[in-house]
Amino acid sequence: MDITRRAFIKTAAAQSAVAAAAVLFPGISFGAWKNLDTSSGGIEWKKAPCRFCGTGCGLLVGVSLDRAVAVKGDPNCSVNKGLCCVKGYHSIQILYGNDRYRKALVRKNGELVETPIQEALDLVAEKMKETIKDHGKDAVSIYGSGQWSIPDGYAASKLFKGCIGTNNVEANARLCMASAVTGFMTSFGLDEPMGCYDDIDHADVFVTWGNNMAEMHPVLFSRMLANRKTKTHVKIIDFATRTTRTSQAADKSIIFSPQTDLAVANAICHEIIRNKWVNEDFVEKHVSFRKGKTNIGYGTEDHFKFTDKEETADFREYKAFLQDYTPEKVEKISGVPAKDIKYMAALYGDPDKKVTSFWCMGMNQHTRGTWINNLVYNIHLLVGKISTPGNSPFSLTGQPSACGTVREVGTLTHKLPHGVVANETARKLAAEIWQVPVENIDPKPSYHTVEMFRALDRGDIRFMWIQVTNPMVTMPNLKRYRKGAQKQGRFIVLSEIYPTPTSDIADVILPSALWVEREGFFGNSERRTQHNEQMVPPPGDAMCNTWQLIEVARRLGYEKQFPWIREAYIEDIWNEYIQFHDNPKHRMASYKELKARSGVQWPFVDGMETKWRFNPEYDPAAKGDGFDFYGKPDHKARIWIRPYEPAAEFPDNEYPLWLNTGRILEHWHTGSMTRRVPILHKSAPASYVEINPDDAGALGVTNGSRVKVSSRRGSVVMTASINGRGLPPKGMVFVPFFDENHLINEVTLDAFCPISKQPDYKKCAVRLERA
Amino acid sequence: MPVFSYLAYPVQGAKEELFNDLSALDYCEAMQAENKEVLILVTDTPDEKTEKALQKQLKTLKSLQSLGMTFGHTDQ
Repeated sequence: MDITRRAFIKTAAAQSAVAAAAVLFPGISFGAWKNLDTSSGGIEWKKAPCRFCGTGCGLLVGVSLDRAVAVKGDPNCSVNKGLCCVKGYHSIQILYGNDRYRKALVRKNGELVETPIQEALDLVAEKMKETIKDHGKDAVSIYGSGQWSIPDGYAASKLFKGCIGTNNVEANARLCMASAVTGFMTSFGLDEPMGCYDDIDHADVFVTWGNNMAEMHPVLFSRMLANRKTKTHVKIIDFATRTTRTSQAADKSIIFSPQTDLAVANAICHEIIRNKWVNEDFVEKHVSFRKGKTNIGYGTEDHFKFTDKEETADFREYKAFLQDYTPEKVEKISGVPAKDIKYMAALYGDPDKKVTSFWCMGMNQHTRGTWINNLVYNIHLLVGKISTPGNSPFSLTGQPSACGTVREVGTLTHKLPHGVVANETARKLAAEIWQVPVENIDPKPSYHTVEMFRALDRGDIRFMWIQVTNPMVTMPNLKRYRKGAQKQGRFIVLSEIYPTPTSDIADVILPSALWVEREGFFGNSERRTQHNEQMVPPPGDAMCNTWQLIEVARRLGYEKQFPWIREAYIEDIWNEYIQFHDNPKHRMASYKELKARSGVQWPFVDGMETKWRFNPEYDPAAKGDGFDFYGKPDHKARIWIRPYEPAAEFPDNEYPLWLNTGRILEHWHTGSMTRRVPILHKSAPASYVEINPDDAGALGVTNGSRVKVSSRRGSVVMTASINGRGLPPKGMVFVPFFDENHLINEVTLDAFCPISKQPDYKKCAVRLERA
Repeated sequence: MPVFSYLAYPVQGAKEELFNDLSALDYCEAMQAENKEVLILVTDTPDEKTEKALQKQLKTLKSLQSLGMTFGHTDQ
């Protein structure tokens, strides 16, 4: 049916009212909406997960005449219950920017020239063959993303790890959640949160650890506020390094000096023990103690290697270790008043309060990211507040499928879809499912992300295929890696939708189908897998990233491993992939089930989702009474002895300020999509540097004046923001990274957590000058 | 040809009555929230004169406590 202009305006009018209602009344539902749409003319509504952050909001996309024309929250999706954030409400506009890549481009004499896509794919395959022949299999690599749909990552892993035989597979999720993974693995032996978003409805206390949820996970934050509105005793504590919108909405804002969250977490445990708030029965039955290496370095040098050494410890040793972390001692390190540390400890320690801790980049982008994840688990384990409704240490993710594609499919150098490359059983399983000789799968991990770009700079890697990410904005210490990628003898393939700074280093650009222009799956922060069908055709020659990989794999001679047909390849890939997880600890829903529902949480066993893992009441894989941390051989979670250690770089006389970087509500990561949505761009057109008023006054800088931010690695000139949406403490500045015209990552440091290899974008030393 | 949308708040306990009142008016489409005490009203009138007349009619509804505009469009 055609749609008239008038009917479209009426639909927009109704949609605005629904959006306003959803903001005012979280969870509101309008059953008659569908009838109104029909009477207004010809819009078909189809479900899809939002393709921005890791929350995984369910959307309904209105499609008319092969075009997405409207979007609203899906009231049937338990994640958001009909609510969306400002990015979600404008999400369909990302499909229709004027400068979408519609044709393949190949660089000839320095210029990108339109080329038939089949010819471009021929060139990609030819260059891969040539590179492998001249430099070996470990000279080719693929760098993907937590925005990869699950079949994209699966096809990439199968091609590179299974067929070519290189572990040069990484994803930008290394930059945002690798520390969460190593935190889970070291504390529990299994990745991903034990709880779910229903914890928000049950908790009495929320502690946000360096996590500006009001801007980064606004729908979940709205659910927290809704809980507090209905239950007056509910408290939100924002524990952060700067004042944000989250702090403003919180009941209490506690500011700590960068990196000292390690000390404060230990001090909270010290207080819990001193006050006898330990859940002795839980600790006795379900916890064992460990310690690892200390003074572990920062990875700023090439070829940095680190392997932790896990040693058994005991409660007595742990108590003795915590004597260095009295609230009074930690106040001196962290700047957090001892009374505030005691207050936080009392909240965690109160047996009548259910406590949920949330964190994301603040804890993960940290040179001791694994440690701080361990330490927050320590707090929850000491008081036994875990794996029950409302009691949840909850690591949020930043990207729509960081969990689904990167963590579950295993698109990191050391991982396979089930297990790690170093494990023979995991290699055998992968070889069997992938139909490749087991010898193909290299047991040794190769390069994590930072080291992969260093290898490109050195010439150890010669070919890199980048899909769905923009590393020439996001890599820390960016100048080095841009220069490295532009060196002679490097060949870069980029699968993209819009021109970005990464296009400048590309030799071939393959136009990609985006989000609802192709069928796919995402996996969100609460172990929920979400399916979307293809709703509209992609523009021009744009092609699904999975199909690009299949086309190249066949050109490389892997027809047997990539036999699928266009009409059914996503379903066939799903059916092959879920064989890796066919056990009660991780069983996933069938294609049919996912197609019908607004997401399904795994483990999905006998038609039941698992909301709380490790608790036999909810988790079919857990056995016995109480809790069963079955990820570890002794079925016990770990409390880790991890000390405070300083940041890799900190302010000094020459560079006297901390630099913290991050995101804002309106823009998704590097802004390559949201900056093409007029209303989002207009609301935040350019990046800026937030400065404390005292520092600004000392420098003679006023709001809106131009300032140069410099580190030992580079500088950027931008506008000063004083008393804007965020307020850093004296001695710190904050810069959002969404703006490709102000590349703050030319200033940041490429230090990383030696265990997770995740860089720290939150701490380096800078100076300010008037520009 | 103005098009407007509103959140329509009923007086206490009169959601159903307000829905019936709004649905009975020309140029109005009403939609009830299933789980909250609020309705959505979309008006689509042919000209300014009719729009003003409709506004007057809306003010006479006893079941209506208040309207909050969420969208407005005119062809001028």
